[in-house]
Order: sequence, then structure tokens, then C-alpha cells
Amino acid sequence: MDWDWNFVWEIMPTLIQGVKITILATVLGSILAAIVGLGIALARRSENRFVARGVGWFAEFIRGTPLLVQLYFIFYVLPDIGILLPPLVAGVIGLGLHYGTYTAEVYRAGIDNVPRGQWEAAKACNLNGRHTWTHIILPQAIPPMIPALANYFIAMFKETPLLSAITVLELMNQAKSVANTYYRYIEPMTLVGAFFLVISLCSVVLLRWLEHRYGRIER
Amino acid sequence: MPAPIIKVDAISKSFGSFKVLDGLSMQVMPGEKLALIGPSGSGKTTILRILMTLEKIDGGHIQVDGEQLYHMERNGQLLPADERHLARMRQKIGMVFQLFNLFPHKCVMDNVTLAPMLTKRVARAAAEKRAMELLDMVGLADKAKAMPAQLSGGQKQRVAIARALALSPKIMLFDEVTSALDPELVEEVLNVMRKLAAETDMTMLLVTHEMGFAHDFADRVLFFDRGRIVEEGKPDEIFRHPKQERTQSFLKKIIAAGHRV
Repeated sequence: MDWDWNFVWEIMPTLIQGVKITILATVLGSILAAIVGLGIALARRSENRFVARGVGWFAEFIRGTPLLVQLYFIFYVLPDIGILLPPLVAGVIGLGLHYGTYTAEVYRAGIDNVPRGQWEAAKACNLNGRHTWTHIILPQAIPPMIPALANYFIAMFKETPLLSAITVLELMNQAKSVANTYYRYIEPMTLVGAFFLVISLCSVVLLRWLEHRYGRIER
Repeated sequence: MPAPIIKVDAISKSFGSFKVLDGLSMQVMPGEKLALIGPSGSGKTTILRILMTLEKIDGGHIQVDGEQLYHMERNGQLLPADERHLARMRQKIGMVFQLFNLFPHKCVMDNVTLAPMLTKRVARAAAEKRAMELLDMVGLADKAKAMPAQLSGGQKQRVAIARALALSPKIMLFDEVTSALDPELVEEVLNVMRKLAAETDMTMLLVTHEMGFAHDFADRVLFFDRGRIVEEGKPDEIFRHPKQERTQSFLKKIIAAGHRV
């Protein structure tokens, strides 16, 4: 088995198309996970017990089932009840929901880490609930949790090949299709690994910088 | 004789099985400076926190500035207060905390202007002008752009006082405001409070272990023990001639611990 550089250059444009979709899915999935996580974290603190419990169970359910199964449900089962989603949209929703239940825990810890005195000072200043969250609690809670959130986004990035199962033409799927066309696996699969490695390593550097920049808060 | 600005009537409050306030009643006249002293766990901080609506009460009534604090009068009936009522009542009261509780992500100026701009919709320019006056009053006009982490404890506490004053409350609550400070920083905070007492007619309630300051500052001293007021009177009466045995033994312990009276 020998390495064929000509084949590499031939399939490179196709793979780069795949990388673009992989990155797009990761970015959109991360944004959705960040929003869903915040929503879950806030809902679980709700004074309405039904909301708090219901959302809690929902998050437990999502965390307790595999992402691949969820992707199949969103893409192949939802059409049975009339919800037909394009592959990338289904994939982003799957990633965002699944990782949202994890980022919710990060938000919870970040919010719990804001000292009680801050809530009390906000109340003594007569700030209402919304102002307390947006001006006092979240600005203090979010910066220290940015590294932990970024960690999940890197993990999500490495799980995007699962989207190939629901026909998203991301990197893994493109590599599989060229491999199946030419019956050569070594170059496409090596390149997939190399792409993921390079992007992961860059992300880790970014993560270190984020930890340095946001990891602590001065009081 | 004017009506009391605060009327506490038979307030009870428990934390779990610990009864921290046991049918507490007291009245405060407008402009009065009150010192609340007593052993820890006697309920003096709890009543301040209840007045700031930081704790819920188990029973009793409180009137602030002629209105029920924890209840609303609707068609002659007393209902539990909703958030809107509480927010309106909180405008009358400001509080300074033992651990300052400045907003660490905001500069000194923003700490002082945030609440007036958000809760009273004061324009930024007007809020900053007023904040500079207050910072000047507490001797920190040159620190307006500093972050809280860059300040000493005494400076933080003076900012916290300015922040509470920015909402122009009728009543100010001071909860052991010098207890967390290094000894050499206590005096700068006490000086601000003396100035405040001399220059304004605000009603001030002060929980403190600084007996010397309580003596000079207060019009009236309340001695708390086990959730009740055991003894009250003019500072000289309480500190020089305490009648109750529990007051005597408390003051003896405090003096033995090195606090001056």
C-alpha cells in the first residue's frame, strides 16, 4: 500500500468542501448549545416547579441517550409527524440540543459561583430580576466558564462525523464518498484525521489563551 | 409627635429549628440614629436583612414610612406583598453590607450609577454628576474610574455607602460595616458615617461591635439577645448603667475582648 500524492491533490477540493461544512456545523451547533444551555440552566432555577422539574428531566433524557440515536430521530423519525428538516439543520439541532444539556451544567456551576452577596446587593439596589441577571449575575458568571464551554465545543467538533449518518456532507462523509468511489481509503481517512488534528490543536491553543484571559475574576 | 418611620410588630423568624427572632417589636422615629448591639445570633443582623427584604418573615407585620412592607392593603384586606409592592418599598431603604458586595466587574463610577440609571431611569450625565458628589463626600472622587479590586477594604466600603446613597433612601441600614476591615481602615469608614449623620436627616440603623462608635453615634441603643430586645435606652444609660444582667455580662465580655466603650 503506497501513498499517492497525486490522489491527495485530486481529492483535496472535495475534502475542503467537507471541512467547511464541518466547521459550519460546529459553529452553529456551538451557538445553539450556548443558548440552549443557558435556557436550561435558567429554567432549572425557575420558581415554577413544573418548569424546573420538566426541563430537568428533559436534560437528563437527552444526556442519557446517544447523540447518534437523537440525530436519527430528528432526521428520519420527525418527518413521520410532518417535520421535515434539511440534513445540516437537523444536525445542528441535534448537536445544539445534545451539547446544550452539558453546557447547562457549566452555566449552573458558573451561576452558583457568583457569591450570594451579589444577589443581595442587587436587591438592595432595587434592581429587578431581569436587570439582576443581565447586569450583575451573568457578566460575572460567564467569563470564568468560557474555557469550560470552549472545551465542550471542541468535543462537539470531534463528534461532527456522526452527522455523516444523516447525509450531511461534512468532512467524514466527503472522505467516505471519495474513498468508495476510488476504492482507496488510506489517503482520505488520513487526511480526515489530519484535518481534525490540526483544527483541534489550534483550538487547544485558543482554549489556553481563553483560560488565561477569562479563567479568573478579580474581586 | 411625628409618626414612627419604622414600626416592627411581633416579627418572628426561624432558620430551620433555630428561632432567630421571637416576636420582635420596635419603633424608629424619622431621622433617628439607632445602634443595634448584642451577641452573634441574637437577631440584630436578621432584622436589618428583613427590613431590606432579603429574608422572608414567618409572622408579624412591619410598617415602613406609613405603609406595610410585607403586606399590601387591598379593599381593606392585608395580602402578602407582590414583587411590585416590594420593589416600591425598597426604594425607601438602602443597605451597606459587611463584605461590601461591590459589583467587581464594574468600575467605581458604574457601581454608583447603575441602580439610579436602571431603576429610576436617571440619564447617565445626571447620574454621574450625582455620583461624583457622593464619591467626593466619601473622599473617593479620584477613584471613580478604578475597579473594586484595586481598592482597599475601607475604600470599598466607602464606595458601597455612596452606592446606597445614590438611590436617596429615607432609611439606611449598616450591617457590621467595619467588621471585615483591617483595624487601621475602620476609622475612615466611621468618619464617613459621622459626616452622613451630621449632614443628613436620614434614619440610620446600625448593627455594630464598635461600642465606642455606637456610643457617640446613636441616639438610642437596642440590646438584642435571643431574638428579643432585652434593653434599650440612651447610649449613656446602656453603656454606663445597664440595668439588665444580660446586658451587663455582654458589655463586660466585649470590654474584656479589647473593644473600647
